[in-house]
Amino acid sequence: MNMEALQIAGLGIVAAVIAVILKQQKLELGMYISITTGIIILMLLIGRLISVVDILNYIASRANVDSMHLSIVLKVIGIAYITEFGSQVCRDAGESAIASKIELGGKIIILSLTVPILAALIEVILQILP
Amino acid sequence: MSVDIIFKIAAIGILVSVLNHVLNRAGREEISMMVTLAGIVVVLLMVIDMISNLFNNIKSIFQLY
Repeated sequence: MNMEALQIAGLGIVAAVIAVILKQQKLELGMYISITTGIIILMLLIGRLISVVDILNYIASRANVDSMHLSIVLKVIGIAYITEFGSQVCRDAGESAIASKIELGGKIIILSLTVPILAALIEVILQILP
Repeated sequence: MSVDIIFKIAAIGILVSVLNHVLNRAGREEISMMVTLAGIVVVLLMVIDMISNLFNNIKSIFQLY
């Protein structure tokens, strides 16, 4: 079960060697190696991620937290995950301008998701105030 | 998700670069460019499949609909 750490480290080292060899010849094919390695490592970790999210859902349901709030938190984490992946791929290819635009897009989408919660908080505060 | 695909991409890359060298020596620059393009498109098709798989998984885990 805990051998996954060794697996990931070995896979990363082998893929790094291959990527360095390919980048000398063809830069774009070396990029594909790094993208593929990233996807495979994330896929190895997705099973554990599912169990963690399940436990979070269980705890939230036991604590009577509104399921909307937890789903917004999960959405924010997912958007951060995807945009981080995309921006790192772009930065690896030397396109740091596109990478920062991807990050900006993710931040704006996260902001638009969290503004309703902020509005609800302000509503609560206005109700408490006389 | 198997690791084989990394070695597959590496093999395609080495093959494309060797073909590139040979064709350049033979004075066929236009064909060597086509070979490079074909290799890039083939690998892109393989990688895009995996990317969509990953994004679908993340979408379903984090309830992004």
